[in-house]
Amino acid sequence: MVIVVFKDELIEELRKKMEKWEKECVQEELRRHPERQKEFKTLSGIPVKRVYTPLDVQHLDYFKDLGLPGEYPFTRGIHTTMYRGRFWTMRQFAGYGTAEQTNQRFKYLLKEGETGLSMAFDFPTIIGLDSDHPMAVNEIGICGVAVDTLADMEIIFDGIPLDKVTTSMTINAPTPVLLSMYIAVGEKQGVPMHKLGGTVQNDALKEFIAQKSYVFPPEPAVKLVTDVIEFCVKNVPKWNPISISGYHIREAGATAVQELAFTIADGIAYVESMLERGMNVDEFAHRLSFFFASHNDFFEEIAKFRAARRMWAKIMKERFGARKPRSMWLRFHTQTSGVALTAQQPENNIIRVTIQALAAVLGGTQSLHTNSMDEAWALPSEKAVRIALRTQQIIAHESGVANVVDPLAGSYYVEWLTDKMEEEAMKYIDKIDNMGGMIEAVKKGFPQREIAESSYRFQKEVEEKKRIIVGVNEYIDEEEKLEIPLLRVDPEVVRVQLARLKRVKESRDNERVKRLLGELKRAAERNENVMPYVLNAVRAYATLGEIMGVLKEVYGEYQELIIF
Amino acid sequence: MKYSIEELVQRLIEGDKFAIARLISLTENDMSLAQKIISLIYPYTGKAHVIGVTGPPGSGKSTLVYKLTKEWRKRGKTVGIVAVDPTSPFTGGALLGDRIRMQELTGDDGVFIRSMATRGSLGGLARATKDVIRILDASSKDVIVVETVGAGQSEVNIIRIAHTVLVVLCPGLGDEIQTLKAGIMEIGDIFVVNKADREGADEAAMQIEDMLNMSSTFRPNEIGWIPPVVKTSAIYNVGISELVDKIEEHWRFLKRLDKEVYFRRRIEQDIFEALRDKIEQIALNNLKKTGKYDQLVKKVEMKEIDPYTAADIILNNVIHFKEKWTEENE
Amino acid sequence: MSSTERKIKVLIAKPGLNGHDRGAKVVARALRDAGMEVIYTGLRQTPEQIVETAIQEDVDVIGLSILSGAHMTLLPRVTQLLKEKGIDDVLVIAGGIIPTEDVPKLKEAGIAEVFGPGTPLKTIIEFIRRNVKRKR
Repeated sequence: MVIVVFKDELIEELRKKMEKWEKECVQEELRRHPERQKEFKTLSGIPVKRVYTPLDVQHLDYFKDLGLPGEYPFTRGIHTTMYRGRFWTMRQFAGYGTAEQTNQRFKYLLKEGETGLSMAFDFPTIIGLDSDHPMAVNEIGICGVAVDTLADMEIIFDGIPLDKVTTSMTINAPTPVLLSMYIAVGEKQGVPMHKLGGTVQNDALKEFIAQKSYVFPPEPAVKLVTDVIEFCVKNVPKWNPISISGYHIREAGATAVQELAFTIADGIAYVESMLERGMNVDEFAHRLSFFFASHNDFFEEIAKFRAARRMWAKIMKERFGARKPRSMWLRFHTQTSGVALTAQQPENNIIRVTIQALAAVLGGTQSLHTNSMDEAWALPSEKAVRIALRTQQIIAHESGVANVVDPLAGSYYVEWLTDKMEEEAMKYIDKIDNMGGMIEAVKKGFPQREIAESSYRFQKEVEEKKRIIVGVNEYIDEEEKLEIPLLRVDPEVVRVQLARLKRVKESRDNERVKRLLGELKRAAERNENVMPYVLNAVRAYATLGEIMGVLKEVYGEYQELIIF
Repeated sequence: MKYSIEELVQRLIEGDKFAIARLISLTENDMSLAQKIISLIYPYTGKAHVIGVTGPPGSGKSTLVYKLTKEWRKRGKTVGIVAVDPTSPFTGGALLGDRIRMQELTGDDGVFIRSMATRGSLGGLARATKDVIRILDASSKDVIVVETVGAGQSEVNIIRIAHTVLVVLCPGLGDEIQTLKAGIMEIGDIFVVNKADREGADEAAMQIEDMLNMSSTFRPNEIGWIPPVVKTSAIYNVGISELVDKIEEHWRFLKRLDKEVYFRRRIEQDIFEALRDKIEQIALNNLKKTGKYDQLVKKVEMKEIDPYTAADIILNNVIHFKEKWTEENE
Repeated sequence: MSSTERKIKVLIAKPGLNGHDRGAKVVARALRDAGMEVIYTGLRQTPEQIVETAIQEDVDVIGLSILSGAHMTLLPRVTQLLKEKGIDDVLVIAGGIIPTEDVPKLKEAGIAEVFGPGTPLKTIIEFIRRNVKRKR
């Protein structure tokens, strides 16, 4: 039963009036001065008209396509009261240098009003290397905090009660190790596992497509992802064991449509993998979470978020037979786009971030990180990150947008664009299904190729001035001198970290570590869930590199596909 | 660093990587320099086993070459690898990425890897590749691998240079096996079904064996060698050792052949190709400089003369030039 | 067959553990479209691997892409290795996330130019054409 939103007579009259309007008023205006461009497109390349009217959304069925907030298909939000009940979590990604320095930055952000922690690791940690590995020594603590053993984690969370905060950890292949460390820190604080709240990114598929901090080949990588999900569902029920990410895919050059499609396709692959393990969809689906970017094309981003919610709800219900509403919720964190920020005239980035953050809020995000203005130069300085946090706080408290749920619903343009995003993204998802699913598509290089094309095309558009970036290809300041203070990571980090690692290795029970690593290896070879074994090893102060080394022996290492 | 050709050649024989690289560049870019270089190094060539690796894109050739190289290194052999990638016909530029697969070998002194772009000239590439192989040979590499993509005529020309040709396929390319150009099936000495961990590997191997059984045109000079089909899974190191064994078996087979039949024929082929390259280069270049070439082409276009007659005219001029040079250079 | 035109050979390399390769790949493609021969090393390269590759491929230019902040140790190591091997005719350039205040030290270490975010591709292409050291 279709519920008619607009009366038939109105539609007819409007159609006639629009024809007349196009032929007469518009043409007259165009004769006086033409429009700025021949064609207008969103950042994804979707052509947009001059104006949208009820004619564009006639097909809309309010209950089937929109629903009320908190009701299927959740287009208008997964909660009934949204930000009237509670603001989105203001969660700034942070971490650099030593454990002590990161501990300081965490405390600073909490003091300034952030409501959740988000942890950045250095590159050696991200790919599972200890600080004393030959390839690690140049990169210790530079773009995130160095974590080699439980000892580092204890310092990072010193004075931060884990039953009072939630922490998001941006870690992928080494997730089992870092999560185990967090759990072990909780244990030492007297906080049992089942009380811990937070997120691990743990999204292997997008590593092959975009972030490229992969370690294991696709199949074992996905197996480890599902190990963590299964473990958490049973033992750490408040934890989000995965953050299915589109952010990196977008940053690597994908369009908004591709970001949406590939993320959802990744989600589908993970759900299928969990089902293959024998779990029921309603047992785990409520713990899946997502992570998107928010870019400059304001309305496209809002439409993307709304389309994402609707698509996921439909997929969970119709494709996977989920029964519990929570299994159908697309809960997501957003980060404003790093790649959209410029090195030139960095103060301008504050404005860009504001627009992007606003889009995320109007799109109904559950938590938000806003980038700092010095994004294109270095890790955020204290001043810059404070402004970024204030941006969220001003939107929350001063703009009024948080006082109404899904305020843009019903806008002809926004509803049309939401539909369009879903339509375009589903084309990709169908294509990926035909290839045999996302894991196969990744092995074949399909998403990688799409991204390479999009990123090249975008660069060409910028060079041809078809896309204007203020301060970069227009409104340039030739004499520009950088006048903002930049964060520098103290090279002392290297000495401190190596000394600590050495001390830990010397003072622990090395026999015990060896034994536990052996048990881990055998468990992995038997295809068991590795988490309990990793947790044991971590408690005994086995290092990240040692544990990952064992897993590499069993699962092998991934070789990159060559795609331009 | 400025070295003379002679100095470079001396260092080449000692295995110096810089010399290998610089000499390769010189032969790639300048045919007369190439000739000088080859004349100096030729006595030091003829020792290496040259292996051609070809097959459709996606069959995992680069990974296979990487793993084969590791196996050869384990067996104490030194390896030279030439990875050929196509040049864009539109821009004349090239993006050479085969090396990525083998980057771990960079740093092993017993391995030398060089990427080559086709540069749009089929004949030119075959000539340059041959010279690159000679350079690697003179630097005492035991094994030289030439890797190309595809089954086009240009690739077939390059692959003919090799002693042992590996045709690498993989499951899931079922229909493509049927449509592989005849040239490739004829020149393959060993057929490899890579990614054999995937479904369809056994079927693919059987299909190839069937095609080989039906075909009656194996390498005409290699009577007695039935190309085997080997299954490998390069990523998982499966079948690599067996494949290297088969490659060495083929090398022993070739060495046992009547020298007249095989090795002498190859030398004759080399001379013939050098002759053809020279006629093209000397004759056409010089003719083009004098404008006579355009005149000739015009005459054929206007049907005043036929192509054979044009060829005679060019040859006569070549002889004419040569006589002049002989007088001058005697 | 005429002697082949000498193309500019460029090595695009990703030193260190950082996996952000969007810029490196876009530049590689642009250089190819400008008629150059580009060799891409892939991710996670050590300075030793990069220099060894540059030698074997006999390149004219090395382009180093790094966004992890580790540029002050990794990039000078590349130029130092080149010096040790006696290679003085290769143009070394860099791109990625490199604060302007670090550029003078990098130039002292032998990096000819640093191209930060927002640099037009044609700027890089022209710079290479103008500054390539080996005669063609």
